Amino acid sequence: MTDAAYNFAYLDEQTKRMIRRAILKALAIPGCQVPFASREMPMPYGWGTGGVQLSAAVLVPEDRFKVIDQGADDTTNAVSIRKFFERTAGVATTTRTADATVIQTRHRIPETPLAEGQILVYQVPIPEPLRFLEPRETETRRMHALGDYGLMHVKLYEDIARHGHVSAAYAYPVMVEGRYVMDPSPIPKFDNPKLSGCPAIQLFGAGREQRIHALPPYTNVVSLDFEDHPFEASKPEHPCALCGATESYLDEVITDDRGTRMFVCSDTDFCTSRRDAALEAAQ
Amino acid sequence: MTPILSVRTLSKSYGPRLGCRGVSFDLWPGEVMGIVGESGSGKSTLLGCLAGHLAADAGQVIFDTRSHGPRDVLAMAEPERRALSRSEWAFVHQHARDGLRMGVSAGGNVGERLMAAGARNYGAIRGAAQDWLARVEIDPGRIDDRPSAFSGGMQQRLQIARNLVTGPRLVFMDEPTGGLDVSVQARLLDLLRGLVRDMGLSAVIVTHDLAVVRLLADRLMVMKSGEVVEQGLTDQVLDDPQHGYTQLLVSSVLAA
Amino acid sequence: MDGNGRMIEIAGVSKRFVLHNQGSAEIPVLAGAGFSVARGECVALTGASGAGKSTLMRMIYGNYRTDEGRIAIGGIDMAGAEPRQVIRLRREVLGHVSQFLRVVPRVPTIEVVAEPLRILGMAEAPARDRAAALLGRLNVPERLWTLSPTTFSGGEQQRVNIARGFVHPYPALLLDEPTASLDPANRAVVLDLIREAKARGCAIVGIFHDAGARAEICDREIDMTAFSPERAQ
Repeated sequence: MTDAAYNFAYLDEQTKRMIRRAILKALAIPGCQVPFASREMPMPYGWGTGGVQLSAAVLVPEDRFKVIDQGADDTTNAVSIRKFFERTAGVATTTRTADATVIQTRHRIPETPLAEGQILVYQVPIPEPLRFLEPRETETRRMHALGDYGLMHVKLYEDIARHGHVSAAYAYPVMVEGRYVMDPSPIPKFDNPKLSGCPAIQLFGAGREQRIHALPPYTNVVSLDFEDHPFEASKPEHPCALCGATESYLDEVITDDRGTRMFVCSDTDFCTSRRDAALEAAQ
Repeated sequence: MTPILSVRTLSKSYGPRLGCRGVSFDLWPGEVMGIVGESGSGKSTLLGCLAGHLAADAGQVIFDTRSHGPRDVLAMAEPERRALSRSEWAFVHQHARDGLRMGVSAGGNVGERLMAAGARNYGAIRGAAQDWLARVEIDPGRIDDRPSAFSGGMQQRLQIARNLVTGPRLVFMDEPTGGLDVSVQARLLDLLRGLVRDMGLSAVIVTHDLAVVRLLADRLMVMKSGEVVEQGLTDQVLDDPQHGYTQLLVSSVLAA
Repeated sequence: MDGNGRMIEIAGVSKRFVLHNQGSAEIPVLAGAGFSVARGECVALTGASGAGKSTLMRMIYGNYRTDEGRIAIGGIDMAGAEPRQVIRLRREVLGHVSQFLRVVPRVPTIEVVAEPLRILGMAEAPARDRAAALLGRLNVPERLWTLSPTTFSGGEQQRVNIARGFVHPYPALLLDEPTASLDPANRAVVLDLIREAKARGCAIVGIFHDAGARAEICDREIDMTAFSPERAQ
């Protein structure tokens, strides 16, 4: 039920071509921020305009599309972006990670390991990892160009000095192929290890900031740390209250006014699949 | 012996306006050279060109690098010059806030150059920072305070620690005591003298304060309208100035 | 130093000041000055005030430029020497006791005195020991050693200056009124120091208004009047 008033996947072909060129450049220089002429999209900035443009540029009619927001397929943001492409591209959609060919995500990497042939599109609010340390864009660009990254460790040093450990729990900076320091978007640092050596293509789009960066399959990605304060992919020390998983990233859910809380998988597809499987096995 | 810095006919203009012209000198290891002159005489332009902050129009700045011997800094690629400026060089700004990261703790400020050079052991970096705070007479207990909580003199000393932590060989200073109280100036001068002596530093100091060069500099260069009008031993230039401008400069100073 | 043991050699030295900002007025102060000082010899410069004693001392130390002639210290000609050669000479060979104490305020006296040794690379402890010994000998009370000499009386400052000048065994020394403003006891200590320096072979040029001191320790007197420009013309 494609809306005939729109070109396939909303954007015109010239725009998609421009974005694809930027994507190719970003893939060729893993971790490097490539500028692109971000378009106005029919949704506000901060709702994933960068990710949507990337998805529009890579989608083909045969694709099966999945959208998650904080791991969930059923939040407003995920639902509306999924609907958007159902309507403008007419592509099939799914909530199953393993079945999807293109996955657009906000703030998570799915628990189910990705495979070759899949594309993971991240929504990125601020692509510049040095932004809050050095506000001048001219200077941060030069720092990237020269690999002048002492400042990035200063940030981690400050964290340890103040809190005894690196307090950044999300958007934890990484070094890509020993060359570019990259902000992996606000995914929890629990997800950082999944960035490295991933068989799928990972694309990062920042609409407001007009930047694309990317990780081609099997890229080496290392979370920054100190020898005596090594990186740790931490998560709440609980099993999922619904499926019992101990290996997945958990959301804390407050269940009443008295502060009762439970921890459940943030990846709804992962959690549902496990529960279905358990139910099947029980029957 | 090789000069640590050889400058040859260095020139820089800002369009039609002259910055400095035809400056040449050799700085030998362990020497401290002062550059004096009034505002607009070109001394800061010269310092900027030497330190690679400004692009010179012509000339050579040959630095005796630790690993590759004498190299023309102006002909170096930017990454190489940057690496040099945070390992073998130091630059002390007049205003500490230009040379410090005001939002970063004292320890982070001192540790940055180490981390940029590849130091990845938090404990070692912190130890080095504490050691350097003590050397510039800042209580190591204040390692986690931000520079904004420090007095002007402390900020300046912190800037010096931040610069010297990687053991540079050449220090550029732009009015290092400018804007400080007289008593604070004396303390800083004493500290700088001790560091220059103990680390065997070579230094180029731009200032308009003749008392500062008298106490710190072995040699003196006097600039006027972008050109060097006189240079020589500090005592000699100040006590027996040959050029009319230098005579005017020296006689204009109020005797303390 | 040349083969004859002459440490300081002055020959055909002239000096004039040109005041560029006062109609380029030329003030000749010295003409044709010449003498030499052997190792272990102490020479006094004499002559009325304005005869050029201090000017010549400053030229020997390198504070004033030598326009004409040759001033050689240990074989190095101050007239044509590079700044770094002069600096090295001052560190190692040529000491100077001036009438003025020029130091960074707040630096403790003991460090002011030890500094010439520290510059030569001596470790802090032995340098301070040597400085302490000299200050003790010159009767500077120990309670003052940790204070800056800028607050001291004239006599105390003078003794700090002397200690600083004698802390390293320079082969050549310039002394500008070393016994002025000293009490008899300290005057005797300073004269002893000068005698000891001579005994180890130090060549000394001095200005002494104290005729008694001059008679006691100087081997020769050079009357600067002989080098006045009026006389030369």
